[in-house]
Amino acid sequence: MVTADWLDIGPVDQLPALGARTLPVQGGEEIAIFRTANGDVYALVNKCPHKQGPLSQGIVHDNVVTCPLHNWRISLSSGEALGDDEGCVPTIPVKVDGGRILIGRKEALASAA
Amino acid sequence: MADTPPQLVVIGNGMAGCRAVEEILARDPKRYQVTIFGAEPRVNYNRIMLSPVLAGEKTYEEIIINDQQWYDDNDIELVSGDPVANIDRSAKTVTSRSGRTINYDKLLIATGSDPFIIPVPGHDLPGVVTFRDLDDVDAMLAAAGLGGNAVVIGGGLLGLEAAHGLALRGMQVTVLHLMPTLMERQLDEAAGWLLKSALEARGQTILTGADTAEIVGDGKVQAVRLKDGTEIPADIVVMAVGIRPSTGLAKEAGLAIGRGIQVDDHMVTSDENILAVGECVEHDGNVYGLVAPLWDMCRSLADGLVAEPNGYRGSVTSTKLKVSGIDVFSAGDFSGGEGCEDIVLRDATRGVYKRVIVKEDKIVGAVLYGDTADGNWYFDLLKKGEDISEIRDALIFGQAFASGGGASLNPIEAVAALSDDAEICGCNGVSKGQVMACIGNGADTLDAVRSTCKASASCGSCTGLVENLLQLAMGDDYSGERTVQPMCKCTTFTHEDVRAAILEKELKEIPQLMQELSWSTPDGCASCRPALNYYLLCAWPEEHKEDPQSRFVNERMHANIQKDGTYSVVPRMFGGITTPNELRAIADAADKYEARTVKVTGGQRIDLFGIKKEDLPAIWADLNAAGMVSGHAYGKALRTVKTCVGSEWCRFGTQDSTGLGVKLEHMTWGSWMPHKFKIAVSGCPRNCAEATIKDFGVICVDSGYELLVGGNGGIHLRGTELLCKVETEEQAMEYCAAFIQLYREEARYLDRTAPWIERVGLDYVKSKVVEDDVGRKALQRRFLHSQRILQKDPWAERAAGSESHLHQHIAEIRPFAVVGAA
Repeated sequence: MVTADWLDIGPVDQLPALGARTLPVQGGEEIAIFRTANGDVYALVNKCPHKQGPLSQGIVHDNVVTCPLHNWRISLSSGEALGDDEGCVPTIPVKVDGGRILIGRKEALASAA
Repeated sequence: MADTPPQLVVIGNGMAGCRAVEEILARDPKRYQVTIFGAEPRVNYNRIMLSPVLAGEKTYEEIIINDQQWYDDNDIELVSGDPVANIDRSAKTVTSRSGRTINYDKLLIATGSDPFIIPVPGHDLPGVVTFRDLDDVDAMLAAAGLGGNAVVIGGGLLGLEAAHGLALRGMQVTVLHLMPTLMERQLDEAAGWLLKSALEARGQTILTGADTAEIVGDGKVQAVRLKDGTEIPADIVVMAVGIRPSTGLAKEAGLAIGRGIQVDDHMVTSDENILAVGECVEHDGNVYGLVAPLWDMCRSLADGLVAEPNGYRGSVTSTKLKVSGIDVFSAGDFSGGEGCEDIVLRDATRGVYKRVIVKEDKIVGAVLYGDTADGNWYFDLLKKGEDISEIRDALIFGQAFASGGGASLNPIEAVAALSDDAEICGCNGVSKGQVMACIGNGADTLDAVRSTCKASASCGSCTGLVENLLQLAMGDDYSGERTVQPMCKCTTFTHEDVRAAILEKELKEIPQLMQELSWSTPDGCASCRPALNYYLLCAWPEEHKEDPQSRFVNERMHANIQKDGTYSVVPRMFGGITTPNELRAIADAADKYEARTVKVTGGQRIDLFGIKKEDLPAIWADLNAAGMVSGHAYGKALRTVKTCVGSEWCRFGTQDSTGLGVKLEHMTWGSWMPHKFKIAVSGCPRNCAEATIKDFGVICVDSGYELLVGGNGGIHLRGTELLCKVETEEQAMEYCAAFIQLYREEARYLDRTAPWIERVGLDYVKSKVVEDDVGRKALQRRFLHSQRILQKDPWAERAAGSESHLHQHIAEIRPFAVVGAA
């Protein structure tokens, strides 16, 4: 289901609970798609605001991912670093419809422009 | 003709259609001449009571809402068993399947929803049923009468109710659920896990993460086959994976359709003479599958038609259910989010889990399991958006406690008001008077109270109360700080408490542990989850449930993540010995996968840097093919056994240090530990293998082997201490296994051997490993047992395709072209 606003990137059951998958964007920033224990799906640019660690490889707990490089905790909903750390990673609109993951076309392609 | 009221035609004789008519009649019984079309050949009954009918708790007669008398009394014509097949908007008529056409002035569509059928092969076989109406229930009852196996596809509410009913009717029931936890839309992971355990205890088989591939049968259902190849015998298959708004008629009539039939605040569709209500509509972007919003819609609809307009504003939904006799409740948004805080109460003894989600001093969601008495109270606070900051401390204990008069709102005053014989610790039966006496006798910390009167020493859920009593008794003298730190902020228990509980309560998976030990967060944190996963693995090597999502990235990927997000790969070389063939394979792999750096490590291995995560399974397959396995250079595990050349070549060598090193590494590789673990064997006291800065070192001497422990070459350089001296290689191996197992069983996660030995003392280690012959052999036996089960090459498993999703992108975006890849 590809529309003007949304890109279908695959079935949601390909996304492990408390895990993440990656979505490279040719000529742009790789995106990480996360799924929480509740089944909520989030998308962030796959780069920690601290030292660009791949957030997709971090441990997901509640709706937070802990960066695998230096344990910064990043909110999946806002992209903001939590606690005493400061920084923010762009979020990309994402939703699940009919078991498919749809991602905001404009935002996903923003970095590839 | 002026006296003839306008015609209201209702499509759908279900709960929404009839309720809407009732609401209209209540406002003005003479406003419309009503005709209702129903697809089923019966009067209006309560669809949500089908489960009790299936379970044998109710009869059809008992769930009728409106009998024929109601239709007659209100002069309503019921056309049952003859669904509407077509709507003609220009002529303002509807035509039924049997060809009957009648006019309408207002048309109300209340077609509800259709069960979703997964289009797998065999879905149309006889014996595959849905769970939507009385005919479905009759089909299930007929099947249950013959006994045998039932498979229910779908672990949502409907599926679980079908499973419960069929189980009560004597069938062997298996529930297949695609998602990792049951009822994931209503329950969070912790509550879903509790539900699964409870249903399993009642004899149902619950398979989560189960993806149906095919329904197998020759002319009739015989089995269900999953994508992983499992086949489950089935005499009946109930498809209960979900429902979708029934919009076919409206769509053909050209009405605006989104996910459902789109309506405004008075349930009017894109045609002003056609209304729609119930599960088939979409209002403000939302569709509803529960009964409460439906009642709200019917009220707004009737208001719009006959009385003062009072539009529908959407519904906040709550779910309070009994699933197979277990009370569950959920309301609002329990997914957490920015600024959300969880208040969690777990009572393992009573099987209770409560979680209230608070944002900016207001309740935004709640999940209750086992005790739902306060569900409506939380839901009420949520709907009204009440500020709960005043009652926050007591909120989770429920309305009775939180609203128990002004004085009790202060937790210290609340405990002060308790009588001396009030029970504080339910697990150990300790009263307030006993706790206060114990504090009076000098127990001035939580740990001291726990060790003397045992209050809060079991499940820990009364820890807060005990701390309040400490504060009450000691005032400002109570530091509030525990002498022993808890594992992390998710719990009040220490590492040692948790490990003891794992053994004592036979805890084997993380959600179970979090429930039993009253974890204060729904799914832990990045600090406690890896520790818990290790503790469970160590305690129950055979039975524990491994959780890959609780592993640090390196252990999940079986390679070391580097600062640019690529990985380094280190194949194992037992004892630091390699061969020309292995070196050729490593060189080929370095070329093929474009390793940017090839480095010889301090542990006598070769490290290939800059490997992409997508290439990992392929490079492992290549290295496996040359006979090499994972070097675990990434793990909290046995890393390397470093050796010198020893008596085989060296003129100073006293024993075969290389041979012993190879044997030690074959025994210990692949064992998970609290932290990384390094071994070295030197062939003489010149110590070329640097055995004196390893976790376990061996220095060979003429008369035998000196065994050294607790060395560390890291930030704090620490030389080993002598554990003992032994005479044979066999003894060296036995002591090594025993020492490792003691460390595995007793050190805290992320403690190297050096700080662990400094904490417990070398004498303690000697008493266990050297002086206690029986104990040493038992430790060795437990280590070798664990190795028999867990000593596996993860690279071979991954190269064969296991967990392949970890290494592949879910899809790829190229501007102007979209390529989806599963």
